[in-house]
Amino acid sequence: MRSKRTELFVGGFIVLAVLGFTYLAVQVSGLAFSGKKDSYQVVARFDDIAGLSARAKVTIAGVAVGSVESISLDKELYMGLVTMNIDADVNNIPVDSSIAILTSGLLGEKYLGITIGAEDEVLVNESEIFDTQSALVLETLISQFLFNSDDSEE
Amino acid sequence: MDTYITVQNLSFARGDRIIYDNISLSVPRGKITAVMGPSGTGKTTLLRLIAAQLAPDEGAVMVNGEDIHALSRSGLYKARKKMGMLFQSGALFTDMSAAENVAFPMEEHTDLNSSQIHQIVLEKLHSVGLRGAANLMPSELSGGMARRVALARAIALDPELVMYDEPFTGQDPISKGVLVKLIRQLNDDAKVTSVLVSHDVEEALSIADHVCILAGGSVIAEGSVEEIRASEEPQVKQFLNGDPDGPVPFHYPEAAVDRGVVI
Amino acid sequence: MKALGSIGAWFYDWLEAVGRAGIFIVQSLFRLPVRYKEAFSLLINQLYSVGVLSLVIVVVSGTFIGMVMALQGYSILVKFGSEDAVGQLLALSLLRELAPVVTALLFAGRAGSSLTAEIGLMKATEQLSSFEMMGVDPLRRVIAPRFIAGVICLPLLSVIFAATGILGGLVVSVGWLGVHEGAFWSLMQQSVYFDTDIVNGFIKALCFSIAVTWIAVYQGYECVPTAEGIGKATTRTVVVGSLSILALDFILTAAMFGDF
Repeated sequence: MRSKRTELFVGGFIVLAVLGFTYLAVQVSGLAFSGKKDSYQVVARFDDIAGLSARAKVTIAGVAVGSVESISLDKELYMGLVTMNIDADVNNIPVDSSIAILTSGLLGEKYLGITIGAEDEVLVNESEIFDTQSALVLETLISQFLFNSDDSEE
Repeated sequence: MDTYITVQNLSFARGDRIIYDNISLSVPRGKITAVMGPSGTGKTTLLRLIAAQLAPDEGAVMVNGEDIHALSRSGLYKARKKMGMLFQSGALFTDMSAAENVAFPMEEHTDLNSSQIHQIVLEKLHSVGLRGAANLMPSELSGGMARRVALARAIALDPELVMYDEPFTGQDPISKGVLVKLIRQLNDDAKVTSVLVSHDVEEALSIADHVCILAGGSVIAEGSVEEIRASEEPQVKQFLNGDPDGPVPFHYPEAAVDRGVVI
Repeated sequence: MKALGSIGAWFYDWLEAVGRAGIFIVQSLFRLPVRYKEAFSLLINQLYSVGVLSLVIVVVSGTFIGMVMALQGYSILVKFGSEDAVGQLLALSLLRELAPVVTALLFAGRAGSSLTAEIGLMKATEQLSSFEMMGVDPLRRVIAPRFIAGVICLPLLSVIFAATGILGGLVVSVGWLGVHEGAFWSLMQQSVYFDTDIVNGFIKALCFSIAVTWIAVYQGYECVPTAEGIGKATTRTVVVGSLSILALDFILTAAMFGDF
C-alpha cells in the first residue's frame, strides 16, 4: 500500500537522523551518557595555566583518569586555581604527587599529568596537590635559554 | 419569480480595470441560468463573487436570502457546503484517485463512515458514467472524464446550487454532448439551481431556462431563451450569431487602451 | 530625491510583503479547527516528499564534502606535523558551519523549489480555490503540513549530513592517508563540545529550515498562477532562500561563536 510504504520510509528517515545525532554526540563530542561517573574533586594551584581549558584530560602514566572541572583565579595568591574530577576508582594517589601541565604534540591540546609520589596517605575529596609544575610557555623558554647562554659567556 | 441568487448593484474592479459597473441580475431557483458574454468580460469573476472568494467593491450578492459577503468565515464555509462548483480545469486533487476526490467533501463535512461514503461515491460516479474509473488517478483521466469526475465531486454533498465555469471549453463534441445531458439531468432530477458560465452559445442556449448576457461590464440582456433569441439589440445579435463586425468592432479601438476599459 | 522616493516605495512594498507572509504563516498554523488524525497522515506524506526524497542528495554531498575536507586539511596540517588534528578540523567545520549551511542550500534547491512549484501548480489548476469552495481552508490543509514537515526535516538532514561527512573524512584520512585512528578520534573528542558545537549547529539548521520553508510555501501560495509565474516563483524561492540562509548564518555565527 502506498501510505504504508511512505510511513516506513519516514520512520527509517527519523531513525537514521536519531542514530546520526547519537553518533555525533557519543563518538564525535565524546559525550558520556552513562551519567556522571563517581568521582572526587582535587584542586591544584599553578603559576601559569597557559592554554589549559575546562574538560582537559587528567592523566597518570598517560592514561586518562579524570578531567578538569573548572579554572579560576585565586585572587589572594594570584595563581590559577584548577579544580579537577578524578575517577573514584583511582583512589590511591599519594598526597605528595606532583602535577604538570603538558602538551600533546607541538600544536596539540594541553592536559594535566600526575606523577606519583611516595607517601602512604592518599588524596581524598577536596584535597590539594601542592607540587605543581606550570605550563611551558615558549616565550619564557626562549628567554631562559638566551639568559642562560649569556651567563655562560660571562 | 422565485429567485435563489440576487446580484444587486454590484461593482468590482481589478486595479484600474473595471470588471463590473453597477450590475444587477437574478438567478431563479431550480432552473438553469446561463451567463454568457465574450471572453474577458469576467464571467468567472462573477462566480467567484457569488461564492464570496472575491469581495465586491460595492453592492451585494444575496444567496438564498443571505448576504453572502456579510457572513463570518465559519458562516461562509457553512454556506459553501450548499454550493458546488465545477472549475474550468476540473481542479481534481492530483494526489488522490477519482474516488478519493469524490469522497473528500463527504469526509470533511459529514459523519458518515467509510463504507457509507464509498457507497455514495460509487453512486455519484455512476451518475456521471465513470463508476469503472473510480481507482484511476487524475493524470490517467482524459479532459472530459476529469471534468465529469469533478462534477461528481461538486454534487457529492447534494448541494442546492451548482456553478459551472466554462464546462464546454476544450471538449470534443461527444464530451460536450455528455456534459449537456448531465447538467440537464442533474437539474431535472435533483431540482438544483444551476449557474452556467459559457461562451458556447448553442450548448448553453440548448439547456438554459434563463439567460443573462454580459458585455463591457454591464448586463446587456436578461430573460428567457426565447426572449434572448428574439432580441433586436445589435450587440446581442452579434454575439449570438458570431458576426465578425458590429457594435463590438473587428478592429481593436486604439483609444480603448487610454480609457482603461477593455471590452 | 527621486531615488530616495523609490527606495521608500520599495521598502514599503517589502514591509507589506513581510507582513503578509507573517499573517499567512500564523493563519496556516493556528487557524482552527484541526483534525489531528488527518493532519498527522498529511504530515507523514509531506515528511516523505520533503525529507526522505532529499536524503540521497544530502548523504552523497555530505560524504564527498567530508572526503574533500579531509584531503585539503591533511595536505596543510601535514606541513606542521599535526595531521592527527584532521579529525578535529573536520568535525568542527562540519558541525558548526558546513552541515547546517550546505544542507540548507541543498534543501532550498531540492525541497524548497519543489514545494513552491507544487503549491503554485495547485493554485494554477484551481485546486486551492477548490478546497475553499468545499469549505476546507487551503492554508490548513495544504500549507500547514508542508511548512511543518520542512521545519522538521532540515535539522534532521543536517545531522545526517554531518555524520556522513565525518565518516567520509574518516575513510579518507585514516583508511587512505594513514592518520592514526585513535588520535583522529581523541583529538576530535577533546575539541568538540556537545553543548556548544552540536547543539548550536542544530539550532542553526532549525533557523534555516524555518526561513527556507516559509519562503518556499509563501512564494508558492502568492505566485502568479501561470506557467511563467510558477517558474519565477520557484527561482525566487531558491535565490531568496539561499541569500537568507547566508545572511542568517552570519548573524547566528556572530551570536553563537562571536565572543572569543
